[in-house]
Amino acid sequence: MTETSSRSKPIEAWITGIGLATSLGEGLDAHWEALNQRRINADEKSFAPYVVHPLAPVSFDAQIPKKGDQRQMEAWQRIGTYAAGLALDSAGVKGNTDILSRMDMIVAAGGGERDLVVDAGILNAEAKGNAAPGFLNERLMNELRPTLFLAQLSNLLAGNIAIVHGVTGSSRTFMGEEAAGFDAVRIALARIAAGQSDIALVGAAHNGERKDLLLLYEFGDFNLKEKFAPVWTREQSSGFALGSGGAFLVIESRAHAEARGAKPFARLTSIVADHARRKRPGEVTSTLESLWSKLGSRAEATAIITGATGAEPVTSEERAFLRAHPDIPVRATGTMFGHALEAQFPLGLAVAALSLSRGALFAPDDSSDQEIEMSEPPAQIVVIGAGHWRGEGMALVEAIR
Amino acid sequence: MTAMRDKSGRPVVVVTGMGVVTSLGSGKTDNWARLCAGESGIRTITRFPTEGLRTTMAGTIDFIPVEPFSSTDLSERLANIATEEAVAQAGIGSAGDFPGPLFLAVAPVELEWPQRHELGRVIGSDTEIDYDQILRVSGGGAFKKYHRRFLFGSVADHLAETFGTKGSPISLSTACASGATAIQLGIEAIRRGEADAALCVATDGSVNPEALIRFSLLSALSTHNDPPHAAVRPFAKNRDGFVMAEGAGALVLESYEAAVARGAKILGVMAGCGELADSFHRTRSSPDGKPIIGCVRNALTDAGVTIEQIDYINAHGTGTPENDKMEYLGISSVFGERAKQIPVSSNKSMVGHTLSAAGAVEAVFSLLTLEHQRIPPTINYDVPDPAIPFDVVPNAARDACVTTVMSNSFGFGGQNASLILTREPV
Repeated sequence: MTETSSRSKPIEAWITGIGLATSLGEGLDAHWEALNQRRINADEKSFAPYVVHPLAPVSFDAQIPKKGDQRQMEAWQRIGTYAAGLALDSAGVKGNTDILSRMDMIVAAGGGERDLVVDAGILNAEAKGNAAPGFLNERLMNELRPTLFLAQLSNLLAGNIAIVHGVTGSSRTFMGEEAAGFDAVRIALARIAAGQSDIALVGAAHNGERKDLLLLYEFGDFNLKEKFAPVWTREQSSGFALGSGGAFLVIESRAHAEARGAKPFARLTSIVADHARRKRPGEVTSTLESLWSKLGSRAEATAIITGATGAEPVTSEERAFLRAHPDIPVRATGTMFGHALEAQFPLGLAVAALSLSRGALFAPDDSSDQEIEMSEPPAQIVVIGAGHWRGEGMALVEAIR
Repeated sequence: MTAMRDKSGRPVVVVTGMGVVTSLGSGKTDNWARLCAGESGIRTITRFPTEGLRTTMAGTIDFIPVEPFSSTDLSERLANIATEEAVAQAGIGSAGDFPGPLFLAVAPVELEWPQRHELGRVIGSDTEIDYDQILRVSGGGAFKKYHRRFLFGSVADHLAETFGTKGSPISLSTACASGATAIQLGIEAIRRGEADAALCVATDGSVNPEALIRFSLLSALSTHNDPPHAAVRPFAKNRDGFVMAEGAGALVLESYEAAVARGAKILGVMAGCGELADSFHRTRSSPDGKPIIGCVRNALTDAGVTIEQIDYINAHGTGTPENDKMEYLGISSVFGERAKQIPVSSNKSMVGHTLSAAGAVEAVFSLLTLEHQRIPPTINYDVPDPAIPFDVVPNAARDACVTTVMSNSFGFGGQNASLILTREPV
């Protein structure tokens, strides 16, 4: 591969593989069916008062054959490694060492899961007066599993994908909540468009069934409590329900795909992102408007798939943006998948590419007036991500006819 | 006039500003003086009790007060200091208005023990503490600041606001190669023509009890606690692990064209970068060394230089038995007999392993090596390892003619990245 000089015409990039494992199931057919049946898998009891979207049962053995590998991972890594394997299968490159050894990888990741029992045990002992210097050291030295650290390190999802699936061209991990998700795909696309890369695996995974994560968002009162409601109808109780899931894409240059006879799901035309300071009302709305204008020409049959979180004030700001573009059918992935932070944007791209490849936008899943039916096949879908706290991203995905 | 584009027709990427802070001190001047004097920044830990720990020393940065302490707050402070120095030297943009994107290498962020203790105290000793109780007391705004503080993107957000970088700031982790990856992302953005300038920063303030214990449980750390300054022994036969350290490095990268156009002083050239992931094991390198070899070759190819042109290697050189052995295997496989002739030294022998920051800290030191034509030593090299016949520049700095440096970074999770830096465009 020779890198072309800059500022030449961008190289066309296709989405040729999709891997999805979420609260709605695994694989593309299961997701398409669930989306069109308006299924929602929200659990109001297990983590009450918090609502979460738990991972549907998944046979990890199918993508992570070695039990030893599975034991080395915590749930978020298993979900991601599993979804990455599905994406490689879907692209038809699984086990193709020639391609995998030069395939780039960008993963958007949060961090690992804590040992809640160890944490609570230490706090209880300290509350009962065990405050000697070195007490914390002693407990952590004795009680932390030596390999837990490896299941906590952000870059070890990528590390596990390299080990289990053999993707080794490069390995980069982006962090930073929702923004990491769109920046991972943005950089992967930019590298392909500039000829710096031919093919990339990009995506993220999230385990929403975690009290240590609920804690981080509870500090800011971001968790949806008591009762599930669609993203657009949370005026009375704003917030998000954490969702479990992994979403990975194989993106490659059109020439690379055609040379190996790969069938595209969709064209990934462009991704733009920004970082509004959010100090004044309306900043997110105007940032989204500006990203929209940068995305390029839009056809008649356009739809929007947004990762709107349900958190405020950002969701209201996004609604103001959407109101300025009436008559475009909108779907909010937060309603049926919950909020998967880093994974939400790759998830949006995945269902956008799936919809374009099936020639239809899936059914609306919302009682408000925000989501309308779309009768014609979408030609383009704009995927939106506005982070619960920071980060605005937008992608244009197009049908290949 | 020197060509503005490299052999592959891409914009040449230069460095116009650098900043560094390590356990040796704050700023390039202090760091360089103490590095060339062979001083160590490793000391006995006083930040927290060390009873019961196998390792009781680290390259902590105690001269920058952070109260109350959290690793994330320290990381942010260190990044801020290094970036201020780099941006001031570059003289680019205006205050709070850096004309390009931010790429930040930062350790994974998480809630730390002081905050957990605080929550425990709120629950009190009459109630059995579990995560449900912790959650019960966490909402309602009393701990709102911890949401913001312990988001992964929080340090980058702070830097983006303070320095006015453009677009969506990227926080990244490739473990101990993170600093090199941040630079690589900057190089690529400029080569693509997306930006004329990029701010590449790497920071780590990770010396807290749990982080130390995690590495200790993986048997990765040196236990040569006394004297602490002799703990890090890269390439020596009696090396027994790395030593955790804190620090930050910041570099202002620009296209050569943009730098010349604004009359900026060119500090060096980012001639090339390479990477290759290892699929062998979560913490160990493939025994055949192929991923390291491939990474080094990718960097040479990307820069368009031959092994004969490399006249100094700034090693990853952590001082773990495994790393140093594999680094020798990788370098000697690529460089052949020349591997024994090229000076290969480890800055970590003095500053310790600054983890997420190391790649950028060592890039700054590599550029200072080019500027001063002087190679910092590998200290604590008293017992050579016959299996690693590198010229490690043992114990004393050395004047040398250096035009092209390779800087290597390898990390857990199969991360490998190499940078090629030169004085002039190649």
